[in-house]
Amino acid sequence: MGQARGRVGAAFTARQAELEAERDERILVEEALDVTLPAGRRPLGRRHPIELMSERIADLFTGMGWEIAEGPEIEAEWFNFDALNFDADHPARQMQDTFYVDPPEGGLVLRTHTSPVQARTLLERGVPVYVAAIGRVFRTDELDATHMPAFHQVEGLAVDEGITMAHLKGTLDRLAAELFGDGITTRLRPSFFPFTEPSAEMDLRCFVCRGEDPDCRTCKGTGWIEWGGCGMVNRNVLLACGVDPDRYTGFAFGMGIDRALMFRTGVSDMRDMIEGDVRFDAQFGMEI
Amino acid sequence: MRVPVDWLREYVAVPEEASGADIAASLVAVGLEEEGLHGGGVTGPLVVGRVLTLEKEPQKNGKTINWCSVDVGDANGTGEPQGIVCGAHNFEAGDLVPVILPGGVLPTPQGPLEVSARKTYGHVSAGMICSERELGLGDDHDGIIVLTRRFADDPESLARCVPGADAIAILGLDRETVEVNVTPDRGYCFSVRGVAREYGHATGAEFTDPVTALAAAAPSGGSGGYLVEVADDAPIRGRAGCDRFVARVVRGIDVAAPSPAWLRARLTEAGMRPISLAVDVTNYVMLGLGQPLHAYDLARLGERIVVRRAREGERMTTLDDVERTLDPEDLLITDGGGTPIGIAGVMGGASTEVSATTTDVLVEAAHFDPVSIARTARRHRLPSEASRRFERGVDPQLPPAAVQLVVDLLVRYGGGTADDAVTDVGSVAAPVTVAMSAGFPSRIVGVDYDAATVVGVLEQIGCTVTAEGDALTVLPPSWRPDLTTAEDLVEEVARIHGYERIPSLLPTPPGGSGLTHAQRVRRIVANLLAAQGLSEVWSAPFVGGDRLADLGLDVAAETARTVRIANPLSDEQPFMRTTLVSTMVDALRRNVSRGAKDVGLFELGLVTALEGPQAAAPTEDVGVRPDEATLAAIRAAVPPQPRHLGLLLAGDRDRAGWWGAGRRAEVFDVLELVQVLAEALDVEVVTTADAAMPWHPGRCARVSLADGTVLGHVGELHPKVVAALGLPARTVGAELDLDALTRAADHTVVARTLATYPMAQSDVALVVDRSVPAAEVRDALVAGGGDLLEEVRLFDVYEGDQVGEGRRSLAYRLTFRSPERTLTTDEVSGLRDAAVAAAAAAHGAVQRA
Repeated sequence: MGQARGRVGAAFTARQAELEAERDERILVEEALDVTLPAGRRPLGRRHPIELMSERIADLFTGMGWEIAEGPEIEAEWFNFDALNFDADHPARQMQDTFYVDPPEGGLVLRTHTSPVQARTLLERGVPVYVAAIGRVFRTDELDATHMPAFHQVEGLAVDEGITMAHLKGTLDRLAAELFGDGITTRLRPSFFPFTEPSAEMDLRCFVCRGEDPDCRTCKGTGWIEWGGCGMVNRNVLLACGVDPDRYTGFAFGMGIDRALMFRTGVSDMRDMIEGDVRFDAQFGMEI
Repeated sequence: MRVPVDWLREYVAVPEEASGADIAASLVAVGLEEEGLHGGGVTGPLVVGRVLTLEKEPQKNGKTINWCSVDVGDANGTGEPQGIVCGAHNFEAGDLVPVILPGGVLPTPQGPLEVSARKTYGHVSAGMICSERELGLGDDHDGIIVLTRRFADDPESLARCVPGADAIAILGLDRETVEVNVTPDRGYCFSVRGVAREYGHATGAEFTDPVTALAAAAPSGGSGGYLVEVADDAPIRGRAGCDRFVARVVRGIDVAAPSPAWLRARLTEAGMRPISLAVDVTNYVMLGLGQPLHAYDLARLGERIVVRRAREGERMTTLDDVERTLDPEDLLITDGGGTPIGIAGVMGGASTEVSATTTDVLVEAAHFDPVSIARTARRHRLPSEASRRFERGVDPQLPPAAVQLVVDLLVRYGGGTADDAVTDVGSVAAPVTVAMSAGFPSRIVGVDYDAATVVGVLEQIGCTVTAEGDALTVLPPSWRPDLTTAEDLVEEVARIHGYERIPSLLPTPPGGSGLTHAQRVRRIVANLLAAQGLSEVWSAPFVGGDRLADLGLDVAAETARTVRIANPLSDEQPFMRTTLVSTMVDALRRNVSRGAKDVGLFELGLVTALEGPQAAAPTEDVGVRPDEATLAAIRAAVPPQPRHLGLLLAGDRDRAGWWGAGRRAEVFDVLELVQVLAEALDVEVVTTADAAMPWHPGRCARVSLADGTVLGHVGELHPKVVAALGLPARTVGAELDLDALTRAADHTVVARTLATYPMAQSDVALVVDRSVPAAEVRDALVAGGGDLLEEVRLFDVYEGDQVGEGRRSLAYRLTFRSPERTLTTDEVSGLRDAAVAAAAAAHGAVQRA
């Protein structure tokens, strides 16, 4: 009797499990969704690629043991010019198309480069110092495909005992390799800036023609694109910031980030960078 | 600076096979950047033609064209005359002219143009007879080039002009011009002489200084020359305005004599327009040697020239026929100390200009103070070829040689004779030597230069070097006023030895501390907002009064908080922004106008926030550390520029799709974003109702920190603002002080032990006046509920008949938990009642049954 009941019970349990399994399976089939339906109730936004480039550059420098310094965009002429050895009558002071704050004799400008952060840093931190400053700068250029009244630079400043131009070259080569790949060809060309002596300009091999098209519009057939200025910090800058130029030497550079973005990603019209069209950002992911 | 290659070859031994591009590449290595290559734009067949017949055919449009038959020799392959239509009328049958045949290419501003046979005015015109402008030889487009006239004084070239001959070579169209950018420190490179010298440095090619022979030929200054007196009673920064004035008279010149074709060609190639013999020669010498010059009509000068500063209110008319009011700082050339006849180093005057009746000229070559010239050129907005050179420094030893070359050319091409006597007044300060140790360049550059290399380079660029052991005393050449410090000499060593030979090394910093708190916060905020569906933008920070008014702001109050740009790009936007939203709206509008409907934007950027009147920032001489008080004043004058966060959302926050309808972005979406940021940064923010422009007065929230610090506002844009700016209806957004938020986030969290006892929940519905903010009811519940109240969640808001007019019901779920034990039902009821009692006491809240 007990055994019979046991068998019936077992058979019942088995059958019940079978039915439940069938039901579960049926439910699973009925519950099936078309997983190819599009998502998109709330699409992802994006970072601006200039900012992503800036962060990438900042990470490179912090990774090398540098720090990231900052400064104001409306800046005292002393920081923007005087401290950087731009004599009031020097033609270089006219070379830059500066926005002056009214009244013009009030000593304020929109910074024309990130270089005033050099002076701020030297005064505030002293030496040795290794800082990069990344930010927006201003020149009186009308907006067109290749000019913006506001654009972005990365400034580098290293002042220490024993710093040479070879360190400048090494640092810029590293930055160029990070942003443009190991295959990038750079060249250091003698130039002039009031705040560096010796001075140089770093050029990149034209990313459009690679130096092979004499009619190239991007590089005007020269095969090279100007990336930014650099050099050994002028003795007068060190003196203005209270650093002993006989003991310390330093290098500084200011490279264009907007140009680097054009170079890296092929952006061909600068207006796309400043107009705020969301389709521009949307081309990029969150890592550049 | 445009350097015609054949001119360059005159001064330096450029290899025969070197092209313009090769020359440019060599110059770049020593710091003269290529700006462009010119010439070589015409490619054949451009040949000499002789006009055989010319028939004038009036046209219906009023023009008369010439139907010409032109002998081009065998250049067209047939030997038959070529039929060509030409609209110019400055030639006749028998003239020799340049003819471009089908297949030839002309440079045009729009790019290369290939010439082909085409039907025009009822003929097939098989080619073109060319003007100067069409060939890129100059601006002249009044007529075609008549070779017979062009080479009237150049029998050698004329002899080559036979029909069918290649006109490219005859016209010099195969000649190239290299354009280089000259940096402000190297004024001497504003001359073919200077560029030739640099080419020699770059390549080792032999440089022959044209000045050597000219200086030897120039008579030395003595008595008997035209009287010149320098009377500068107000030197700028203690430097004499004019420290050398060389002058010489040439008499009996035929000023109508044309400049020779080669000279005109060189001027044109160098970018200057040929004008007349006297002007062309002075320009030619300036371009060749770097010395700005001036020629006066001697008959219109008095007995002597006096160089002096202008007097207050003095006026003169310059060569460009503009009457200018002079400044006491302007250095003048005057007739006998009275009437001004030139602004020194900038521009001559009209009254003594060489004219068609001139027979005797006085040639001036002077040396002026760069600062004085720079200020004057800037003051009068008169950047001239002369001022550009003086500002950057001209070789003070150059004037005698330059005058000699002018005199030689004037006599040769204009006839006449030069006076033997030369005026040479003023005293040039002796160049200052620079001390440098021979090891210094290695220390700065990081290349191991031996002493012989250092001395060798310095001597190569023209320095005189005296060595005493390692100590060098260096006397720079007269044309290098820029070499004043040891670092200047280092650059010379490095660039001549080659920048490409500098090794690439990484420095070894002592180690840093990574990004700052503020920098990390910015990344968190930006990444979170992007993750929340907003796109990052940045906008130029310029606004105008109109924009401020459109935003409903008090324009006077707003502009008092910011600065005005003295030279804005647009007079409509002279102010620096005080809010991000004021410039972000442009980006929103642009997106909408380009078809986007659902747009979420954010910007992190600086705004101006003056707290008082704008102060002036002191300046200081270069190379001087200001004292502490001055530094403090400089820093204090820089307006506060807090970093803000701006948000704008228009259209749907949740998009429509197969899942159903979309949901329009509303104020609560922006508040949620703010809440997300606050939680991410572990900052408590408080929201209270406010009414501030540009926000809708009933849909605006002030966001503050717990300590009362206002972070900014969240809201829906005021309907008037939406209408004024043409924005999508019900656009919402926020403007927050990110710096304040960042500061509040700079703290370390102390972790709590998590309570593991069961929680107990109790729901209450409280009826309050509609005017009581929900946040305040919540605050009362929290205060009354005590420490064991873990969470207060508003899960329903009801307005309607059941609660009465002007009142609403707020339903909260209260969650209680003790860290020590399980709470009893009675305890939970007690706690709930206490919470409700507090809300009742504070806001008259009545619990709904």
